[in-house]
Amino acid sequence: MIDKIRSADRRRVGMLTSVGDRWRALTKWQQALGLAAFVAFLYYLPLLGIPGLTWLRTDSIEGGNNWAGVLFVCAIYVLVAIGLNVVVGLAGLLDLGYIGFFAIGAYSVALFGSVNSPVVKWIQQEFNLPPTWAVTWAICLFIAIVLTMISGVLLGWPTLRLRGDYLAIVTLGFGEIIRIVARNATGLTNGPVGISAIPGPEGAPSADNKVFGLIDAKPWYWLAITFVLIMVFLVRRLEHSRVGRAWLAVREDEDAAAVMGVYPFKFKLWAFAIGAALGGLSGFLFGSRNAFIDPTQFNANLSILFVAMVVVGGSGNMIGVSLGAVLLAYLPERFRDFADYRWLVFGLAMVLVMILRPQGLVPSRRRARELKDRAAEAEEAPAHV
Amino acid sequence: MHFDELIGHLGQHTVDGLSKGAIYALIALGYTLVYGVLRLINFAHSEVFMVGTFAVLILWTQLGVQNNPPVGQAILFLVLGLVVAAAASGGTALALERIAYRPLRRKNAPPLIFLITAIGLSLVFVELFGQVLPKLLGGVLPEAFGRPRQIVGMPTIIQQETLFTIGNTAITNIQLIVFVAAVAMMAVLDWFINRTRYGRGVRAVAQNPETAALMGVNQERVIMLIFVLGGIMAGAAALLWSMRFGFTQNSIGFVLGLKAFTAAVLGGIGNLRGALLGGLFLGIVEVYGATLFASNWEDVIAFVVLIVVLMFRPTGLLGESLGRARA
Repeated sequence: MIDKIRSADRRRVGMLTSVGDRWRALTKWQQALGLAAFVAFLYYLPLLGIPGLTWLRTDSIEGGNNWAGVLFVCAIYVLVAIGLNVVVGLAGLLDLGYIGFFAIGAYSVALFGSVNSPVVKWIQQEFNLPPTWAVTWAICLFIAIVLTMISGVLLGWPTLRLRGDYLAIVTLGFGEIIRIVARNATGLTNGPVGISAIPGPEGAPSADNKVFGLIDAKPWYWLAITFVLIMVFLVRRLEHSRVGRAWLAVREDEDAAAVMGVYPFKFKLWAFAIGAALGGLSGFLFGSRNAFIDPTQFNANLSILFVAMVVVGGSGNMIGVSLGAVLLAYLPERFRDFADYRWLVFGLAMVLVMILRPQGLVPSRRRARELKDRAAEAEEAPAHV
Repeated sequence: MHFDELIGHLGQHTVDGLSKGAIYALIALGYTLVYGVLRLINFAHSEVFMVGTFAVLILWTQLGVQNNPPVGQAILFLVLGLVVAAAASGGTALALERIAYRPLRRKNAPPLIFLITAIGLSLVFVELFGQVLPKLLGGVLPEAFGRPRQIVGMPTIIQQETLFTIGNTAITNIQLIVFVAAVAMMAVLDWFINRTRYGRGVRAVAQNPETAALMGVNQERVIMLIFVLGGIMAGAAALLWSMRFGFTQNSIGFVLGLKAFTAAVLGGIGNLRGALLGGLFLGIVEVYGATLFASNWEDVIAFVVLIVVLMFRPTGLLGESLGRARA
């Protein structure tokens, strides 16, 4: 049975690699044309009406969800996956508290942008501002990114000296701390009551919002996918820069990297800060689309889902993790009958992928080679624990 | 800040903390044993504990236990509970090892992969007990499994009563039983590891797996042994938990597991006596902290303790030692 799965899996990966090779063999302008077509398709996706493909739409099933809304969730999860991939896939730091950054991003737009937030009310009183005053959405975006980067550094500074497992557990604790603080610091976050009237680009949700309202999710999806494309481009540049190579060096062997003159702590901290900023951006979009947040939306299970997206998709490979994110966000919506079992399926998928194909569904070429080396070592010398 | 409250009832809070910490310590042993030998954090250990509490729950509801049974029956139920919980937890731990960890060890997988597998397994167990089993057994065990994903109460086996009072510190029978039972279990385990032939094998593998293998220690058997031992301790903890708090839930393991892990790190992961010390210390700190601030900050206190300990004394209070123990 397992051998059968293995051989089918090998064929699947063989096909993937041959597609990849063919893509790389294309000339520059052919690639550019292909990319442009793909991006255009991404923007067309919420309107999807091509016969034969419409069964993809989540609203084509009974009781199904708004298709554009599901696409929006997919897009912000892809953003999360890209950010977490910087931390887990590139720098090799298992961060189980990523939900903390997501929550900080969401709370920064809520706390500064909503007229219902205690922070805004305090500012209004202090500076004699009208009761309709709140920080503009675009400035909230800036605040969200700055706050999450700072919190990434604050979490990383004391904990990045730890390695592997320890770091994972400490970050898990961090995610919980953020959630509990959001729940208990009633004077700051309204506690379990949550914060409503979180603004979008056109201000708080109301009948005046022509484009970014509560009902139509399409503009929200287009906004999110634009952020995703920009971030994919930026992170890709980063990956191939000096910083990206330093991350890979630190991931493979911290001590060797240090000997070679790469200061691991600095680069790990960078990875944490950049990853955090992306998580914060994603949380920011989530908060402003939802228009209401409360602490229960940021539980540890979601953090584990984020990790699952990265490792199931293919840690270290941006296409892989994006695919993982889309699958884990989309499948439960499309197949609603098994939506109850989604966590069970995620758990099983994580175990199976780790045992059968630790490099994920779409392996990064580099990482696949590394794991092969390890397997070869294991063949040569009998495994010692 | 409620300093007066804390100082006024210092003794009471210490006793509360000790009996809570004793349970953490028992769970912490599972982390410490596995880490000591395999250098691996068995993230799914918290679910081993959860399975134990459900085993106790199912046993008691199947036996039709009523609240406050007569003493003779109560003892019988407790002993049966201990056996069943230890078997269930030990079996779960062993199954985890065989199904998930062994194939990975064969492949010489990096530690991160072990951890992710463990996280996946832990999700699977939580869902099995929250979603799948209630649906499968809904008809058979209506009381225990009627409400998936919710807190399920258990019958009270021993009514909490004040045994004796020192100053203004009241010590209840349950607190005493929990504390004594936990310390006794740990003493037995300590004796087992330090004095028996099997324990010597465990220490040998912890110290140096290759040399131990050359000396004829069956490594696989040692690894199975430590998983089972950790599971049994978690089962005992599950029984004590059921006795003291009287409820369970499919997601009960998450926070408790983190706290037990904190206890293990606090005492020096890989160190059995450290786990006891760390558990008791964490229990006390938590109760003090909850009194000082407010009880809803309790979980934060444990995590902050974890971060502070790892920052300033990553090897814990007593340091790692399963491997360095006298042979």
